[in-house]
Amino acid sequence: MFKYIFAFLCVIGFGWMMWHLVQGFYVPDTMNELADSYVSGSVNELKIPNTVTAVVVSYRGLDTLGEVTVLFLATVGVGFFLKRNSQGNAKRREGSEILKTGASFLAPMIMLFGIYVFTHGHLTPGGGFQGGVLIASATLLIILACPACTLPKHLIRLLEGISGLGYVFIGILGLLILSQHSFLNPRILGVGEWQKLFSGGAIPVIYSLIGLKVGSELSSVLGYLKGGGEES
Amino acid sequence: MFETITLIVLGLICIVAAVYALITKKTLNAIIASGVISLLASVIFLFVAAPDVAMTEASIGAGLTTVVFLYAIKHTKGGEDE
Amino acid sequence: MIVLIIGLMLVLIGIMIMLSKTNMLRIIIGFSIVDTGIHLIIVALGYIKNATAPIIDLGVKTSRDATGLIRVLDKVADPVPSALVLTSIVIGLAVTALMLSYAIRLYQKSGTLNIDDHEESKW
Repeated sequence: MFKYIFAFLCVIGFGWMMWHLVQGFYVPDTMNELADSYVSGSVNELKIPNTVTAVVVSYRGLDTLGEVTVLFLATVGVGFFLKRNSQGNAKRREGSEILKTGASFLAPMIMLFGIYVFTHGHLTPGGGFQGGVLIASATLLIILACPACTLPKHLIRLLEGISGLGYVFIGILGLLILSQHSFLNPRILGVGEWQKLFSGGAIPVIYSLIGLKVGSELSSVLGYLKGGGEES
Repeated sequence: MFETITLIVLGLICIVAAVYALITKKTLNAIIASGVISLLASVIFLFVAAPDVAMTEASIGAGLTTVVFLYAIKHTKGGEDE
Repeated sequence: MIVLIIGLMLVLIGIMIMLSKTNMLRIIIGFSIVDTGIHLIIVALGYIKNATAPIIDLGVKTSRDATGLIRVLDKVADPVPSALVLTSIVIGLAVTALMLSYAIRLYQKSGTLNIDDHEESKW
């Protein structure tokens, strides 16, 4: 009983501390200077319509590198804890006919849609993270429809390793090639025309690598949680 | 005017779902409530002019997080209450 | 402003769930609700009155300057909080999956999900 009263008092105290911050909040009329410089820089120098993509990949590229590292560590942790010691398959219920037919028709289309979302990340809303999650959903559909199939672990590990190494390699290329010596500068490839597919420097390449990495990591997390372990 | 009313209604449903996740006795109901909260938050993100965030929250919050929780219940032999 | 209050209420209710439950899966559900609330607060800080999405396509009015620079005429929302929340959502999923794998492993070793029974790491 005391635990509930103590928890309630803690929550009330925290809410009272935050209430003073809420009272000083107002919705501004114009953007501040930093956002203005990011928007105009992304339109004029990098020629990318999606300003959120420009901020994620180019202006705040170091944060994205940290996020990719955290995802990798979490996947390794899940794989370390959920290794199976080959206890046989207890009761595997086969999927029904509708599920199997529908999954064999839909799963390649969902994967193709995911690949479309992360290659056109600089033109439409979307990008690497959304496309990667779509690829993981297609893998989930395959796992649910066919419980006896195992995921190709070697292909997933190869894809993930190549994407991670490619991302860091492109960053180091920015240090070597350009005269300004900046890490993760997307101007190593040419900045093309406005709203074409091959525009915006190296940003489509970086986002495609991030999309493949996120998709393969989340697929392997789902494979570990299903209980497949290290059989394949 | 119409926008304000819609935001208030969505917010009330979110808070009711969160209180339901606090009170209920079965764990499965709490997981479904957390999925509903993520789905409504994705619609609220559209009203605040952030379509990238809405897409990401809809696919991760209302999709993969619920599935990961359900796998965890399967491995721990059903969530006992409290 | 309304979105800020919604986010704050979700954070408070999520902290209440985390502090008062003993089942490990319930604590992790509360953590996920706190995560959603914090993302709502951060995105609400980037809104500008009557602004549209920060994607400059053919629907947004632009004009060319004297020196050839493109200036955006419509009001556009702030792109920086959107970019920060985008990575944070994916990290939240990864950390939730890791916490659930801890819970599964503890259940396989000791047979109970109650957090009061795992007292050997208290000091």
